[in-house]
Amino acid sequence: MEQREFVTKAKKIFVEYNTYIIFVLLFIICSVLSDQFFTEMNIRNILLQRAAPVCAAIGMLFVILTGGIDLSVGSVMAFAASLSAICVTSHGWHFIPALAAGVVSGAVFGTLTGVLVAYANMQGFVASLAVMTIARGAAFMITNGTPIKLARGTLNILVDRAYFFPIVIISVILIIIFILIQNYTSYGRLVIAIGSNSMAVELAGIRVKRYVLSVYMLSGALSALGGVFIAARASTGSATIGSGQELEAIAACVIGGASLAGGRGIVFRTVIGVMVLALIGNIMNLMAIPSYPQDVIKGIIIILAVLMQLFTGKSEKNV
Amino acid sequence: MSAEYRLEMKDIKKSFGAVRALDGVSLQVRPGEVHALVGENGAGKSTLMKILSGAYRKDAGEIYLDGHRVEFSTPKDAKDLGISVIYQEFMLAPDLTVAENVFIDKLSAGGILIQWSKLRENTAAQLQKLGFGDINPNAKVSSLTVAYQQVVEICKCLARETRVLVLDEPTAVLTFAEIKKLFDVIRKLKSDGVSVIYISHRLEEIFELSDRITVLKDGGYVDTVLTSETDKAKLVTMMVGRDMKQMFPERRAKIGEAVLEVDGLTSGSMVRGVSFKLHAGEVLGFYGLVGAGRTETMSAIFGSAAKDGGSVKFFGREINFKHPAEAVSSGLGMLPEDRKKMGLLLSKSLRVNTMLASLPKVTSRFGVINHSYEKKIVKEVLDSINTKYPSVDHDASSLSGGNQQKVALAKWISADCKCVVFDEPTRGVDVGAKTEIYKIINSLAENGVAIIMISSEMPEIIGMCDRAIVMRQGSIAGTAVEKGYLDENTLIKLAMGVS
Repeated sequence: MEQREFVTKAKKIFVEYNTYIIFVLLFIICSVLSDQFFTEMNIRNILLQRAAPVCAAIGMLFVILTGGIDLSVGSVMAFAASLSAICVTSHGWHFIPALAAGVVSGAVFGTLTGVLVAYANMQGFVASLAVMTIARGAAFMITNGTPIKLARGTLNILVDRAYFFPIVIISVILIIIFILIQNYTSYGRLVIAIGSNSMAVELAGIRVKRYVLSVYMLSGALSALGGVFIAARASTGSATIGSGQELEAIAACVIGGASLAGGRGIVFRTVIGVMVLALIGNIMNLMAIPSYPQDVIKGIIIILAVLMQLFTGKSEKNV
Repeated sequence: MSAEYRLEMKDIKKSFGAVRALDGVSLQVRPGEVHALVGENGAGKSTLMKILSGAYRKDAGEIYLDGHRVEFSTPKDAKDLGISVIYQEFMLAPDLTVAENVFIDKLSAGGILIQWSKLRENTAAQLQKLGFGDINPNAKVSSLTVAYQQVVEICKCLARETRVLVLDEPTAVLTFAEIKKLFDVIRKLKSDGVSVIYISHRLEEIFELSDRITVLKDGGYVDTVLTSETDKAKLVTMMVGRDMKQMFPERRAKIGEAVLEVDGLTSGSMVRGVSFKLHAGEVLGFYGLVGAGRTETMSAIFGSAAKDGGSVKFFGREINFKHPAEAVSSGLGMLPEDRKKMGLLLSKSLRVNTMLASLPKVTSRFGVINHSYEKKIVKEVLDSINTKYPSVDHDASSLSGGNQQKVALAKWISADCKCVVFDEPTRGVDVGAKTEIYKIINSLAENGVAIIMISSEMPEIIGMCDRAIVMRQGSIAGTAVEKGYLDENTLIKLAMGVS
């Protein structure tokens, strides 16, 4: 009897914290597999690398919470990165207004998607697919297809050790802000409410369309910020960056337990979802696995992680 | 030797965790009998039927079919034995045709290719048999009315051999005329020897249709009686152990100034020139057949549907709400008829649900919610209307139907509305919870709230309303005035256009 109680309790804990458990297990596995894993340099690398995906994933989560999806993330990253690089290189802007310009451009693309979804009743998938193509094309247009090399002392200040790696600090601040937004503001609550039953929310006197528009705008702005981070790290603004980032962001949300049907998902868990993907990529690099098999393995691990979510989610009802 | 009973369920027990859902329930159904199963929500009707259909496994007890003991563990086992259940939500594929749906599990009938002409013929014959030869077997199910969809569902059950047919609240979505047709079908099935188990909250139907009635209460078996030897009052007492007179509690509300003045309202094809006045503290009933335009009228006022013409005054001020948000901020609330689709966020907490229309009340600048203050308000509101809930952080789906409806109501109480439209406030709610909802409506009226109650249940209109407006085909067919003088005959005649 006592043993059974223990099993139910353990099950409950596992259901509640499965994302974290997956992360901790992976962390231990990584530490065992490679002695280069748990070193200051490697951890720092992971954090710098994941600043951008974290931003994109948070934006994506808010879209997914409403029951939508944003496929334009990667292209918006490329456009914003290119635009900021041009502002700095060709127009001699300070890097801060350049970064702001990039973010604003992302918000504009997001607003376009949002208007199409909220007011033209387009599906998020279709609207953001169109905007994805537009943003990528526009990025190639403004750069003429050539990567723009950034001079020292401009955007790369964002990854400078002397300033305590600003992109990491910014992402941590963003994570905290969005955790607070989700848990303590009416905005955060209504976004989730809309995803669970938008008609009931509308009939309670909430202007649902405005919220739907806003999440796409948010996703655009946050992805753009991520795009500028990538440019800063590479010291290059290019129209080719960010490809596949939308899928990484979706995968992170799902590993974090978000439901693509909307109404379910947690900011911190999504961040852990990003880190799970980070660990998988990192350990395979450390073990020098070539990149094509890496993708295959990564896909398989995503499937396993999500199956684990579904499996534990199901048993949740029986607990 | 043929057994006396087609179906016998003996001493069925079922528990979910610590909750005992069925505690030794028995049910005996004769061949060719319409057997009504009644009881409040939570009495165990659905659980018993789910065991019969193989959706749940029983913990103890025996089931006999035509005298033979049967055991089944999946819905397919039950189907193979000739037990069919039609739930409130139909199990039809809306984009397939009638014929495809009817023969969905044996489209190719053993062969490799589908013989379309044969499929259509068989379906047409089956429909003809039920007296619905006018349904085209090639029509898409989604193009049919709800009533016809139900006929298709019944047809689907009959396409395989059915010995016991369970109908769970079949009339909840039907109009008066459609109900009559459904009853004809049921009687036909009965004369063919099919045993029908009929679950309904509407006692009138049970008395019209059934041969015997089994009453359940709190998971236990109360009694089985001959329909001809009992009456409504006795039945209700058996179900709830209380008197029917207590069903509609007294109200001492003072009727005040005009709150809502509607003049010549038109909207779409369903609302064609509706005029009425509603006063503070008044409960105004809206009766009519399904599709008479009652909900559409209210939607046009509330801003959830477009208003085409006419004028609406709210507290003497001309208004034209373009979005529910404008209505809510002016103090007008509307409880939609479909609780699950439009009234509640089932997967969200009671806290979220209760505060949905009044978040600004607990929100500071920058949109930050004051959680402890919110919790206090939610508790106050839910307790004030006698809601039974584990905690304010539990999901709405964890409550029973009646308590869910109270939460949907709580949303408008917490929003301090001055005028509330209740669209079928007691649909799918058991007798006990109905009375509680009436009490809530009364106490709102006593506090000066102006109330519109749309209802298709006549006793409710008669028992609750100060005045009743009857709508027919988008316009007002008549107003029956004065509480105590409202009667069933006047209402139904007005609703159906019989003079």
